Amino acid sequence: MSMSLLQVLIGGLMLGAVYALFSSGLTLIWGMMNVVNFAHGDFVMIAMYVAFMVWKLFGGGPFMAMPIAAMLLATLGIIAYFSLVRHVMKGPMLAQILGTFGLALLLRYGMFWTFGANFQSLPENLVGGTYDLWGIRIQASRLLAGTLAIVLTIALHLMLTRTSLGSKMLAVAEDSTAAQLMGIRPDRMQAIAWGLAAGLTGIAGALIATFFYISPTVGETLAIIAFVTVSLGGFGSITGALVAGLLIGVIESLSGYLIGAVYKDIVVYTIFIAVLWFRPQGLMGKN
Amino acid sequence: MKRSVWLLLILALVIVYPLLFTTPFLQRLGALVLLYAIAASAWNIVGGYAGQVSVGHVVFFGCGAYASMAFFTHFGWPPIAAVPVGMAASVGIAALIGVPTLRLSGHYFSMATIAVAELARLIVTNVEALGAAVGLSGPVMPRTVFDLSFTSALPYYYLFLAVLLVVLGLTYWMENSRIGFYLRAIKDNERAARSLGVQAGRYKLYAYMISAGLTSVAGTLYATMYGFIDPESGLGILTSVKILIMAALGGAGLLFGPLVGAAILVPLEEISNNLLGGKGAGLTFVVYGAIIMIIARFYPSGLLKLLLDRMAAAKPAPSDKQVRDVA
Repeated sequence: MSMSLLQVLIGGLMLGAVYALFSSGLTLIWGMMNVVNFAHGDFVMIAMYVAFMVWKLFGGGPFMAMPIAAMLLATLGIIAYFSLVRHVMKGPMLAQILGTFGLALLLRYGMFWTFGANFQSLPENLVGGTYDLWGIRIQASRLLAGTLAIVLTIALHLMLTRTSLGSKMLAVAEDSTAAQLMGIRPDRMQAIAWGLAAGLTGIAGALIATFFYISPTVGETLAIIAFVTVSLGGFGSITGALVAGLLIGVIESLSGYLIGAVYKDIVVYTIFIAVLWFRPQGLMGKN
Repeated sequence: MKRSVWLLLILALVIVYPLLFTTPFLQRLGALVLLYAIAASAWNIVGGYAGQVSVGHVVFFGCGAYASMAFFTHFGWPPIAAVPVGMAASVGIAALIGVPTLRLSGHYFSMATIAVAELARLIVTNVEALGAAVGLSGPVMPRTVFDLSFTSALPYYYLFLAVLLVVLGLTYWMENSRIGFYLRAIKDNERAARSLGVQAGRYKLYAYMISAGLTSVAGTLYATMYGFIDPESGLGILTSVKILIMAALGGAGLLFGPLVGAAILVPLEEISNNLLGGKGAGLTFVVYGAIIMIIARFYPSGLLKLLLDRMAAAKPAPSDKQVRDVA
């Protein structure tokens, strides 16, 4: 394998890890209350702008942007849950989908209105330069983002499977009425899930902004990537999202390298259609 | 009886509207209302009646628009002659999305519609024969009347009105036919409908394919009127948003709901674009986002339903009285 191919592969893994991080929030919410957050990609977009503003105003890097974006987005997620999602999730399908879809438009064009349509980006060496490991060049920003994203995704999985809060959340996912009879408050657990999922988009956005373009419409692209990741990984599965996210990052980077940059999204979206046709339960999903 | 009188009165008003308001702006506005009403009524068949929320309906609109402009550019066809091509392509794409997803929960369907619309936009943007990022143009000068290239909006107005009446007629027929009953049963309770032997996936797919074909006609009409199509106007997500918000605001699943939505939103958008210029586009969609959220949160059945319920409540409830008399 040539060095440059290996380099593309590693770059793809790092990008895929960030995809996995924000997709894990989407799959958590979906698995828990059967609601798809169509604004999920736009949450990431908002976090990217937070990172941009943090750099612009204070000259701060991702370590300053991450906590700010995480707190801001978690707040937004909890507000969205209490003011919108809680009410539409019991309504007809139309309300369930249009609720978060409307939120997505509001956020996207609100940012468009504020910042304009121009693409922004953070300075290339905000995190550090490029490492050279035995001839493989890796951007420090990707390395940081990828490593942190993998650690956080695994932490989310451990939190859900190893702590009492996680067990309560999974109980609500399994059967919210039964959970309520056991003294768990489904409403509170679902709000925590929204806060958690949105907070993770905050961290993911602050990380991905260090090497990705920033624009008001980037959320649509990222939302579709999250849909692909969640469907491929299997409904509600965090480990599935991790594997699928890494896979999609690699496929996207490889197809960009081998076929051409303009075709990488086309390849990823085509995979989505193929998954729906041939394996709708996903790689890790149950039948 | 009373209802049909009202409908005839409204129809008469719609027919004479462009003769009463003769300024080009108002005639064009009227034509646009009817055009978007066609697209929104087509969306209503799958989104309202079948309860499957397509957020990527622009892909069918784009099929119709691109078919007409591409066949004109490459073979010199009059744009309107490509209607069957656009419809066939749309029905094919509807099957591609619908066959796998309509068996699953409605979320998969919505996610797939958004992804396929975006996929189509990316592909068309990179295909030279479809004008790539620049787009395709129609006839500059009409060769014959079949090119449907007019300077006045008046002929378009009546053409769109005729097509809209056909779409509404088809919807009305569907509403009262076997497929309409099945769709209502599925929307009410899919599990119960299935247990009674309704093949839910199949009927949802039929509704989706009919809706797709009719939306592509709206796309062709749009392209003949504007004489131009590009990836943003023909396949961009904002056109999907316009189509669905009109149906949802007016009343999804009601025959005249999309019409009410189009009559409210099209003038609003045209006026805001005229007042605010290019910057207005962003603000318009902020407002649309807010409207969509409010509909979803408070009035999922739309304004027309709200109005009808109010009117029913305002009347002295005869049923109550009768009940008491009987008692």
